[in-house]
Amino acid sequence: MMMTDGVLTVAYLVAGVLFIRSLGGLSKQDTARRGNLSGIVGMTIAVMVTAAAWASHPGRDLGSDFGAIGLLGAALVVGGGIGAVLARRVEMTGMPELVAVLHSFVGLAAVLVGFASYLSPAAAAMAPGVDRTVHLVEIGVGIAVGALTFTGSIVAWAKLRGSLSGKPLLLPGRHMMNAAVASGALGLCVPTVLATGTAGLPYLIAIAILAGVLGIHLVMAIGGADMPVVVSLLNSYSGWAAAAAGFVLANDLLIVTGALVGSSGAILSIIMCRAMNRSITNVIFGGFGTADAKGPAAAAPAGEVIEMSQADVAAMLRESKSVVIVPGYGMAVARAQSAVHDLTRVLRERGTTVRFAIHPVAGRLPGHMNVLLAEAGVPYDIVLEMEEINHDFQSTDAVLVIGANDIVNPGALDDVQSPIYGMPVLEVWKAKTVVVLKRGMAAGYAGVENPLFHIENTRMLFGDAKKSMDGLVAALRT
Amino acid sequence: MRLGVPKEIYAGERRVAATPESVKKLRAMGLDVVIERTAGTGSGYTDEAYEAVGATMADAETVWGESDVVIKVRPPSHPEVAKIKDGAMLVSLLQPERDDALPALLAARRVSAIALERVPRVTRAQKMDVLSSMANLAGYRAVLEAAHHYQGFFGPQVTAAGTMPPARVLVIGAGVAGLAAVAAAKALGAEVRAFDTRKATKEQIESLGATFLTVEIEEDGEGGGGYAKEMSPAFIEAEMALFRKQASEVDVIVTTALVPGKKAPVLVKEEAVAKMKRGSVIVDLAAEQGGNCELCVPGEIVERHGVTIVGVTDLASRMGASASRLFANNVVHLLAEIVDGAKLYVDLEDDVIRPALVTHAGEVLPRPAPKPVAPPPRASTRPRVPPAPEAKPAQKDIRSPTRRAWGTTVGGMVVIVTLFVAGRFAPSDLLQHSTVFILACFVGWQVIWSVTAALHTPLMSVTNAISGIIIIGGMLQVSSTLDAASVLGALAALFAAINIAGGFLVTERMLRMFRREPSAGDARSKGHSR
Repeated sequence: MMMTDGVLTVAYLVAGVLFIRSLGGLSKQDTARRGNLSGIVGMTIAVMVTAAAWASHPGRDLGSDFGAIGLLGAALVVGGGIGAVLARRVEMTGMPELVAVLHSFVGLAAVLVGFASYLSPAAAAMAPGVDRTVHLVEIGVGIAVGALTFTGSIVAWAKLRGSLSGKPLLLPGRHMMNAAVASGALGLCVPTVLATGTAGLPYLIAIAILAGVLGIHLVMAIGGADMPVVVSLLNSYSGWAAAAAGFVLANDLLIVTGALVGSSGAILSIIMCRAMNRSITNVIFGGFGTADAKGPAAAAPAGEVIEMSQADVAAMLRESKSVVIVPGYGMAVARAQSAVHDLTRVLRERGTTVRFAIHPVAGRLPGHMNVLLAEAGVPYDIVLEMEEINHDFQSTDAVLVIGANDIVNPGALDDVQSPIYGMPVLEVWKAKTVVVLKRGMAAGYAGVENPLFHIENTRMLFGDAKKSMDGLVAALRT
Repeated sequence: MRLGVPKEIYAGERRVAATPESVKKLRAMGLDVVIERTAGTGSGYTDEAYEAVGATMADAETVWGESDVVIKVRPPSHPEVAKIKDGAMLVSLLQPERDDALPALLAARRVSAIALERVPRVTRAQKMDVLSSMANLAGYRAVLEAAHHYQGFFGPQVTAAGTMPPARVLVIGAGVAGLAAVAAAKALGAEVRAFDTRKATKEQIESLGATFLTVEIEEDGEGGGGYAKEMSPAFIEAEMALFRKQASEVDVIVTTALVPGKKAPVLVKEEAVAKMKRGSVIVDLAAEQGGNCELCVPGEIVERHGVTIVGVTDLASRMGASASRLFANNVVHLLAEIVDGAKLYVDLEDDVIRPALVTHAGEVLPRPAPKPVAPPPRASTRPRVPPAPEAKPAQKDIRSPTRRAWGTTVGGMVVIVTLFVAGRFAPSDLLQHSTVFILACFVGWQVIWSVTAALHTPLMSVTNAISGIIIIGGMLQVSSTLDAASVLGALAALFAAINIAGGFLVTERMLRMFRREPSAGDARSKGHSR
């Protein structure tokens, strides 16, 4: 089969349009699956056409070229297989880890593509000049962004899994170190360009290592509470890495897709930051979530923490006409989402209005809570966002806060000393009664005391969220 | 150590200081519980119920004479004090103001006597505050008594035979009892107005849906400890005028004004009663301290000027079962502070126990000066409302328009200069790719903003998948010669393939889970129309 450049370009154009439609489709639940399908079709077209172009490359003899075909085929089959198994096996509570590890693969692939194109005969044969310089710088940047994404995502993955502590690592003078490492990596582009042939390989490897160290250090310095921002940011980087690879290979489809993914991740990061009323630089360099972030006058909240028994909570829910459930990461940890759904069903069968309030930074991944609730079977139209529900708390009889802490902290609104001051929060305390389900009295990820627990209409229900939920369901059924 | 619960001997008293539920908790503290036979009958607790949770039933002599701690509701009579074991502890309402001889009698027996009504109203002691528990019950019951004597509907009625307006209820004094009365009257459907000299109660009254009445004189009656202080004569005159006017309008008046340790202020004079409609009802919760209504007869229900005036003093006792439960729980919480293992531990420095301690080690203790404390927040009130977030100092809003304008201007200039420099020196290929890149960024920017927050996780996994497009970069590097570039390219393709397959499949899996409500009922609009 003959593949002309024209056919290839048109196929890439179609794939690019399908990718845009894919992201556009995700704007609403109704069109989301169609969007995903567009993405799959676009990807299939792109891969098939590339394979065809590769097969019809002048000088390739498909009859005898088993080595190359086998290598490529094996890569696609093994990779696809691993991906399919991961997708099937992953628990919805483990989505943040999966997303992080997939980011790292894009980064790794970008690094590999960079090296491959540096070592390919075509590049090595390029004559010195502006074109070669530009190409090599592109390779250097591509490798740097890729390596940074790769190591950063691996660290994020380890932090999300709990293999690494969520506490930020704050080395003295870390901003200077970052700047030095970054400029070192950039500076190494010069000897790479000056070296002839493939003699610049050691410099490129050095660039990869420096960028990798930078990636590790950047993510190590970010606290557990900021993981949603970090994951979105790495999402963005993985896009930029793909776009950089596109520049290296002079491939418009890669550039377009990389740019789409890059801006998508950037927007998610911005949304997360706004939800915390912090700037992106503050998140990346702030070292937020540390013990020393506590204000000097973080006065111990007045008022008593009042416990409530499961039976009493059930009795109160029985009397409530409208209930709002605020889930947080604790719900995911306790895997309580199905139990929460059972409770929702029991309450709704009794004629109680039950709704969910989702804070933008609840969980460790943007939209994580929505996915967990959807997995449990909660219909998405009773799952509302913060702006949609915040003014409704006044007319709510009971609020159940399940494993959430900082996102319902009234100190964010009225305590100037609070490290999370200024962050929009769910104003649950306006409801008649707030029941906080918690394992113990530990502070949230931001390490901030929560005055909510001491407010007079707050009751604590200590224990494992899932067991508490099951207990409430059993009590309400009788 | 033995804890005794005698039967209340005061006429008409139904309450008891321990319930089977509280006996369980007391036993868990390591106490042997002895209860006088039929002590719980008035509140509906049988002797068997107490025995079932491990209490011993005994006669009065045993309970009084052999217990190390005696808990009870009403102040003990002198014969009762005579029965108590030397050096024992007594936890009860004591009201020494009304029985001058009582402290000396107790001291003579070396009794450590804790007066529950003197537990200070500080936050820590809220759970031991029997006055609040009982006031809450009394306020609630007062409205039910009023409804019982009132010959009309409380809530408005629209029937084929005619429309009935709601009853109008005036509650004077918005302490715990007053607020409970407001809430109960409101729940029955009445139109409720409430008056209190303390400005701070306005918000609490309004949060319960009642109207806050006020006089035209600026004076705050906050007297500390959750009570009001006495007001100036001018204020009182204005107050009386208000009540006279209100009396002609309302059907029910519930008065709850108490000044601690003093005779209750007379707020509803005979002239006001005379102005009320025939068939109206006044319930006077201050009857035991003389009454807020001039015509009130403590302990009795009388009719004057066609108005029923309820002066009964056992409102809390009329709710025996609930009253006993709350009282018993308060006592358990108090004992938890004193009982340590199997020993009594009386801390004379403790700022909750000391003020409540009337006698100890054979002496009558002087009453310590009350510490200035804010009244504890009430269960029935709304919490503090934080100021609007607009009032922000220190931290700059990252969305401030000035900052944005500067950012846009500076950023735009940098981009333009860079582009011109690039256009002058860069190869045309690079420029072409940059054009594509920048346009794609803008497209992405426009498309992604419309994605709903609920789908952010699927969005990330789909972008994971499509950034796997880097696979074509890897594929194109594989050449027949199988050199290093080919191997690296194949590896890149492998990782990208993981992304593509994993990303799309997991997105599909997630999206399949998002379901709309099976019945088309729209929860959002339901929520807003409430």
